[in-house]
Amino acid sequence: MTIKTKLAALAGGFAIAAASSAALAANSTITVGMQLEPPNLDPTGGAAAAIDEVVYANIFEGLTRFSADGSVRAALAHSWDISEDGTAYTFHLNDGVKFHDGTAMDAEDVKFSLDRARGEDSTNAQKALFAGIANVEVVDSLTVEVTLSEPDGNFLTKMAWGDAVVVAPESIETIKTHPVGTGPFVFSRWVQGDRVEIERNPNYWGEPVALESATFKFISDPTAAFSAVMAGDVDAFPNFPSTETLSQFEADPRFAVIVGSTEGETILSTNNKSGLLGDMRMRKAIAHAIDRQEIIDGAMFGYGTPIGTHFAPHNPDYLDLTGVSAHNPELSRKLLEEIGYDGSAIRLMLPPPAYARRGGEIIADQLRAVGIPTEISNFEWSQWLEQVFRNKDYDLTIVSHTEPNDINIYARPEYYFQYDNPEFQEIMSTYSVTTDAEMRQALAHELQTMIANDYVNGFLFQLAKTGVANAKISGLWPNSPTQANDLTGVSWSD
Amino acid sequence: MTRSPSLIAGAILSAFYLIVALVSFAWTPYPVEVLNIADKLSPPSEKYWLGTDHFGRDVLSMLMVGARTSIGVAVAAVGIGMGIGVPLGLAAAANRNSLFDEFIMRGNDLVFAFPSLVIAILITAVFGPSAVNAILAIGIFNIPVFARVSRGAALSLWTLDYIFSARVAGKRSFLISIEHILPNIANLLVVQGTIQFSLGILMEAGLSYVGLGTQPPTPSWGRMLAEAQTMIYLAPRLALLPGLAILTMVLGLNLLGDGLRDRFDPQIWRER
Repeated sequence: MTIKTKLAALAGGFAIAAASSAALAANSTITVGMQLEPPNLDPTGGAAAAIDEVVYANIFEGLTRFSADGSVRAALAHSWDISEDGTAYTFHLNDGVKFHDGTAMDAEDVKFSLDRARGEDSTNAQKALFAGIANVEVVDSLTVEVTLSEPDGNFLTKMAWGDAVVVAPESIETIKTHPVGTGPFVFSRWVQGDRVEIERNPNYWGEPVALESATFKFISDPTAAFSAVMAGDVDAFPNFPSTETLSQFEADPRFAVIVGSTEGETILSTNNKSGLLGDMRMRKAIAHAIDRQEIIDGAMFGYGTPIGTHFAPHNPDYLDLTGVSAHNPELSRKLLEEIGYDGSAIRLMLPPPAYARRGGEIIADQLRAVGIPTEISNFEWSQWLEQVFRNKDYDLTIVSHTEPNDINIYARPEYYFQYDNPEFQEIMSTYSVTTDAEMRQALAHELQTMIANDYVNGFLFQLAKTGVANAKISGLWPNSPTQANDLTGVSWSD
Repeated sequence: MTRSPSLIAGAILSAFYLIVALVSFAWTPYPVEVLNIADKLSPPSEKYWLGTDHFGRDVLSMLMVGARTSIGVAVAAVGIGMGIGVPLGLAAAANRNSLFDEFIMRGNDLVFAFPSLVIAILITAVFGPSAVNAILAIGIFNIPVFARVSRGAALSLWTLDYIFSARVAGKRSFLISIEHILPNIANLLVVQGTIQFSLGILMEAGLSYVGLGTQPPTPSWGRMLAEAQTMIYLAPRLALLPGLAILTMVLGLNLLGDGLRDRFDPQIWRER
C-alpha cells in the first residue's frame, strides 16, 4: 500500500465515522439558522429581537408565557387570583423550580426581576410593560402579589413577554454573556460571530424536551443562508431572509416550507408634520394610489396579508378596513387636484430589509402613476434610526412594526410619525384599562377605524413568517406571536 | 502605422457600449421606470429579449440605460479629474521645486494614501447617496492621477530645446504650458483617461452595489447585480447579464487604453 492510498483509506474511514456520528446525532440535536446575531443574551436589558429568538422559552421563563397560537398560558406561576377591582394579581409559583446554577426560584426572584425591570436605572427595552405596577410583595416563598395602579386587561399578556422573564440576583452580573434561567435548556457556549449552543436541562421542573442540544447559527447573507439550508448545515431557518427562494424549497421533498403570520404590520410610515403630508387629503391620496396586492406579489413573492389599519389580521379583534384605502388612482388624482398639489417631490427613505427596499420601489412607481414624484434613498439601520426614527427628518418610510398589540404607538404624539389626535389618545387610555373582552373589542374597533379614516400611515400588509426546515422536524412555531424560537416542542420524526 | 488587434477589439467594444448608451436616450424596448409585477421574472422570449427582473422590468432596457448611467458617471468623474488635475500638474511642472510644486504634490500623496473606495463610501455616507455624490467621490480620486501624469510628462518637456528657446524669447510659462506642453502630453492624457474611465465604471458599479451610488429607479449595473444576488439560483441571468456588461465594458476600455498607449509609445519613450 502506498502512502497515498493509505491516506485515502484513512480519510475514507474518517468520513464514514463523521457521517455515522452525524446520523446518530441528528435525532436529538438541531441547528437553527438566524439572520442576526444577538448583541447580548439578556432579554431584560436589550431590545434586539435576536436575543428573545435565542433565549425565550428555551433558557428563560416568565410568570406566564405565549403559546404557539399567541394565547397566554401559565409558566412559572401555575395559577393566579385577580382581585375584584382588577388591581391586585396574586401569583402562585410552581414548587421545586431551580435556576440552572442550582439556586431555587422563589417569590424573592420574581420580586427582584419585576423591581429590576421597572426600576429607575432599568435598561429594559419595554419599560411600558411594567409601568402600571405599583408594588410587588412577597407573601410567602411561592406566592407573589403584584399591585397595579389601575386595572389592566392586558397584564397577564405583558408578563408573558421576553422582557418580563424571571432572572436570579445571584447570576445577574453575567447575564449578558452567560444567561442563567429556569428553562428546559441550559446555555453552554457562545462563539461570537458564529453560534450559540444550548443543552437539555436534566433538572428541568416541567416536561423534559425531546432535543438533547441545539445550536443557533447566525448567517446574515441570504444567499449563504440558502446554501446552508440546501447543504443541510442548518436544519431549520424559521425566519428565512429571502422569500424569492422559497419556491425551490417547496419543490424539494427534503424540506418543508412553513408559512405563518407575524405581529409585523408593515406600513408606509408617514411624517404627519412634514409639509403637505400634514393635510389628511394628501395622505388619503397617497393611500388610494397604493395597490397592496402588487406590493405583496412584487416585494414578498406573494407572502403577506393586506391590512387596512394597524392591527394583526389573526387577532380576533381585527377589523378589515382595507376598503377605506382601496386602490383607486382616479380618486388620488382628484384629491391631488383638489388640494392644488404642485408636484413637488416626496422623500422616501428605506431601511435595508427586502420588504422596504423592494416595496419602496413599487410604491414609488405607484405614486408616480398618480403624479407624485418620489426621491428614494436607501439607508442602513443606524442611519435610519438616527434620521428617521429619532430626528423625524423624513416624509415617507417603510417599516414593519413587529411588537404585538402595538396600536398604542398612535397615542404617542412624539412618536416618529407624529400623529397627534387627542380623541384617539383618550380612547386609547380607556382601552388600556378595560378588562371586559366585549368592551375591549368595541374599543379596539374604534381605534382601528380612527387611524384608518385619518390615513395616518399607508397600511400595507402583515408580514408573513416564512421559514424553511428539514421535513422530518416537527414542533416549530409556524407563527410569531412573539419574537421566539421556542424549541420545547421540537423533535425529529425518525 | 499598424493597428494592434487589442486596439481594434477595445475600440469596437467601447464604441458598442457608447452607441447602446446613446440609443437608450431615444429608444429602449420598454420604459425602465414602469414596473409590471404580473410579468416578473419572465425568461428570455420574443417579447422580452433578455427576460424581466423581479419587478417585471425589461432587462435589456435596464442594461441599455445602465450603460448610459455608467458612462455618464465615468465621463463626469474623468472630467473632474482632468479639469482640475491637469492644470495643477502643469502649474507644478512650470514652477518645479517651488513651494507651490511641493504643496501640490504632497497634497496628491495625501489623497493617494487613502483607500479610494473607503473615502468614496465616506463621502456618499456624509452627503447622502446619489449619483452626483458618486461622481464627486470618484472624480476627486482622479485629480492626483492626472496631476501626477501631466507633471511628470511636462517636466521632461521643460528640459527640451524648443521650450528653452521659447523661454529665452520671453514667453510666459503659463502660455508655454498651454501652447507647447499641453498638446505634447495630450496623447498620454488620452491613454490615462481611458484607464481612469474604466476604473470609474468599476467604482460606480461598486458604489451602486453597496447602495451608495445611483439611486432607484435609475437603473445601474451595480445595483442590478446587488438586487439579483438573492435570486442567483432562481434566475442566474439577472446577475450574469449586468456582470457580463461590466466585464466587457471594462475589458474593452482597458484594451483600448493599452492599444492607444502602444500606438503613442514610440514618440513618448524617445522623448523621455
